Formats: sequence, C-alpha cells, structure tokens
Amino acid sequence: MGSNLDAITTVFTEFYYWLTVALMFLIHVGFCMYEVGASRRRNHMHTLMKNSMLIPLVTITFFFFGWWIYWALPQWPIGSGIDFETAAANSPLSENMGTNLGDRITGVFWAAFLLFSWTAASIVSGSVIERINSGAFWILAVLIGSVAWIIDAAWGWHYGGWMVQYLGYHDAYASGVIHAIAGGFALGVLFVLGPRLGKFAADGTPRDIMPHNPWFVCIGLFLIYTGFWGFYVACNVPLIDPGGIGGQITGETWTATTIYLTPTTLGAITVNFLMSLSGGMLIGYMVSKGNAFWTYSGGLAGIITASAGNDLYHPIQAMIIGGIGTYLAYKLHFWVENRFKIDDAVGAVAVHGYAGVIGLLICGFVLWGHPSSPYEGYAPITPWGQLGGAIIMFGVLGFLPGWVGAKILSALGILRIPKEVELLGLDFASAKEEEAAAHEVRETAKSMV
Amino acid sequence: MSTTGISSWAVDLADIGAVYPFQGAEVIFLLIGLAFWLWWHVWSIKAENARHQEKIANHGSAENIKDALENHH
Repeated sequence: MGSNLDAITTVFTEFYYWLTVALMFLIHVGFCMYEVGASRRRNHMHTLMKNSMLIPLVTITFFFFGWWIYWALPQWPIGSGIDFETAAANSPLSENMGTNLGDRITGVFWAAFLLFSWTAASIVSGSVIERINSGAFWILAVLIGSVAWIIDAAWGWHYGGWMVQYLGYHDAYASGVIHAIAGGFALGVLFVLGPRLGKFAADGTPRDIMPHNPWFVCIGLFLIYTGFWGFYVACNVPLIDPGGIGGQITGETWTATTIYLTPTTLGAITVNFLMSLSGGMLIGYMVSKGNAFWTYSGGLAGIITASAGNDLYHPIQAMIIGGIGTYLAYKLHFWVENRFKIDDAVGAVAVHGYAGVIGLLICGFVLWGHPSSPYEGYAPITPWGQLGGAIIMFGVLGFLPGWVGAKILSALGILRIPKEVELLGLDFASAKEEEAAAHEVRETAKSMV
Repeated sequence: MSTTGISSWAVDLADIGAVYPFQGAEVIFLLIGLAFWLWWHVWSIKAENARHQEKIANHGSAENIKDALENHH
C-alpha cells in the first residue's frame, strides 16, 4: 500500500468481501431451515446435521486444495496448461494464506469463494434428504464443493479462463458455475440413490411427501434471498482502475467490474436482482396456483435464470427472463419426476440446475456479440458458446461427477441408509429417548399431585 | 526470539509480511490437516454405520417399525 489512496482502496476491498461473506452465511442458514422444514419430523435433526457438517468439511478442503485449483487450472487442459506459479501463491503452503500484513485481500477473496462452495454443496444436500448416509453425502459435498465447482470456476469464471477466452462464456452471477453444476450434480446422485420409500406408487405415480413445517421452508427460502445479496456483490470486483485491469479499456475512470473484469455497476445488478426475483415470483405463483413453496422457489429460479447476464440486462429483460426460467424449471421438475421417477425432495435440480442452464442459453442470445472480456483476442458472447458452457457446467462437471461419485459410494455399500432405518426414521433413537425422558418427567409431576 | 518473527513493533509495516507463528512449517501443518480430514471421513462413516446397526438390532422388528410409522411422522 504505497499511498493513502492505495490503502483506502485495499481496505475498502477487504471490507467489501468480508461483508459479502457475512451476508452469504445467511444462504446457508436458509438452506438448513428449508431442508429441515421439508423433511419429516422423524428425520429433521439428522437432516440438519447432514447439511451443517458440510460447512467444516468443505471449508478445510477448500483451504487444502480448492483454492489452489482455481488459480492453477484456468488454462488447463485447453490453453497454456497448469499455472503452478500463480497457484503457489494461493496454496495452503503460501504465506498469503496466513496472517500477512503484506496481503490483505487473498483471505477475504478465498472466503467469498468458499461461501460459494458451501452453496454448491448445500444445493445438492436438499435434494437427497431422508435416505442418504450422511458420511456418503459429506464425501460428495467435498467433491462438488472443493473440486468440481472450482474447476468450472477456473475455466469459466476467471478473467483468464479458457472457456471465456475461446467460447466467450459469460456467466456474471453464476447461473452455470454454481447453479447448473450443482443441479446437474444432484441429478447424477439422485439417479443412483433412488427415491424415498413410498414416494412412488406401484404404477409409478408420484406421491407428495409433505414438509413437516411449510412455514419453516418458506422462511428458509426468504433467508436465501437475503444471503443472495451477498452472493451477487461477491461476484464483482468493487473498484478497479483501467491500469489495474490492463486490458483494452482506456482513460482514467475507475469502475466496478464482473469477475471477468468487464465493467458493470452495483446499481444495475441491484435493480436486475429485484426485477428477476419479481418475474420469478409472479410466474411461480401463477404456474403453481399460489403454492407458497413454488412461489418462493420461483423467486430463486428467476434470479438464477437471469444471473448469467444480470450485469448488462435491462431490468424488464431481467424480469421476463426470470419468469421464463421459472416457468420452464417448474414444468421440467414434474416432467422429469414422472418420466424418470426422480425424487428431488426440494426441487433443487429444477430451481438451480434447469433454471441455470436456461439462463445460460438465453444469455447467449440476448448478449450475442458483446465482448466477454476486456482483453484482446477473447471470443464474444454467442449462443453456441453459452450452449457449450451449459453442457460443461450441467453435464461434464455436474451430472457426471455426481453420478460416478454416487456409483462408487453405492458399490462400497455406504450411499444409502438401510431400509429399516429409513422406515424407523433417522432420529428414531433420539426420539425414543426424548419420549422416555418426557414420560419420566410427567410421571414425576403426577406423583406430586 | 519470537515464534512469529516479530519481537518488536518498532518497524516500518511496509517491510512486514507474514506474522503467524512457526513460519516455515506449513508443510507439516498441511500434512496434519490432511490426515485429520481423511481420518474424520473414515470415523464418521464407521460411526454412522454402527449407529444404524444398533438401531436395527434394538428397534428393527416389523412390529416396532409399524409402531414407529404410526407414532413418528
């Protein structure tokens, strides 16, 4: 920090990312609430622990190797290869990762990315409730949270990523790099895991397994909206001068940028966040005939669909795109459930996966020809570049690792809980203890009368 | 002598980088961390499996399961 202006910029950036982390924590609170609310009473504490323990596991593994992956692989396997030098500065062996008065940014930047990692794993968590072994899920959580998603971030969510350079891939607020990949991963796991006992009738007709607390589910989704604000601003670089970008931009005007270092404004993404949320809620309410869960989920799907291009869209475009994504995601959820007998307990594959893919594709048309990067020689945004990106996000780095990981865990006999435990309920033993304790207190109280 | 390399704050902060203790031992920290992480996965899977087996042994009869389905929703 050579001057006071440098110092203010650095400390502002440090504080900015720190604030996004605190806000994004609410995403996880929301995920826990809605997942527990969606589970049946006999499973809810187990459900809570399954999701909660991904926090420490993804955190430590993201420290051990996730962050290194992000800086090592932007140009691998297409491009100039593994960047060992830049990655070394972000490895767990680097002095930048500890208390370091010469580097105030790496730690908060790492943490912002980490909260994205939690989100990716948590999206998967909701879809597999009430029948997956927690230990198996935690391995899958590390696979999506500290490996798969961060590879896609290196490729398509980095100013030097090969997908940006060669495909013109544009995904400013992570329609694909978080949501499509997590939805695809969840679908891959669900294909192997199978539905909850009783979900489908003998003729294949799906049954509704009702949440034990719908109000809890909705408040959880509301909290995810709240945390989403942190997610959005964490996707930006808050303040940078053209010299710092080092691209084709001329002049002295400092700006906020996307992760690709392309200019945008906080004002734009704030309006577009709200308009896409609104489009999603309005269509969600309409298509579900006023169902609260799908209305709130529609809000999320709306934001997720518009996120790829919300750095540039007009607000009304954001609203329409959010509505289209929500409508299609809702229809696809029930079509896939019926056609493939997939039991996605919270609709995560639809809200995150399908909406994310749809958002990437729409972005390719609406932003067709816009420069994907401030650097010379990068491909512009195109529908085919976005299609390629969607296939990589949902299929190659999402569905495939989820399916393979689940297959391996299934072959080891640790993917799914035993049938008797599923029928008894995961919390059965503790519920019996609580009953016994309550009975004893009641009997004691009666003896005092 | 200090574990952090800083024994006085009579310094120009521009010259100061890392200040955490035992710098140079990062490889050992990492190995400990990796071992703890991997051990935790193995432990959690074994412990969970043991709990399932205990639950089945104590409560897994058809009668108990039917009763549980009636009383634990």
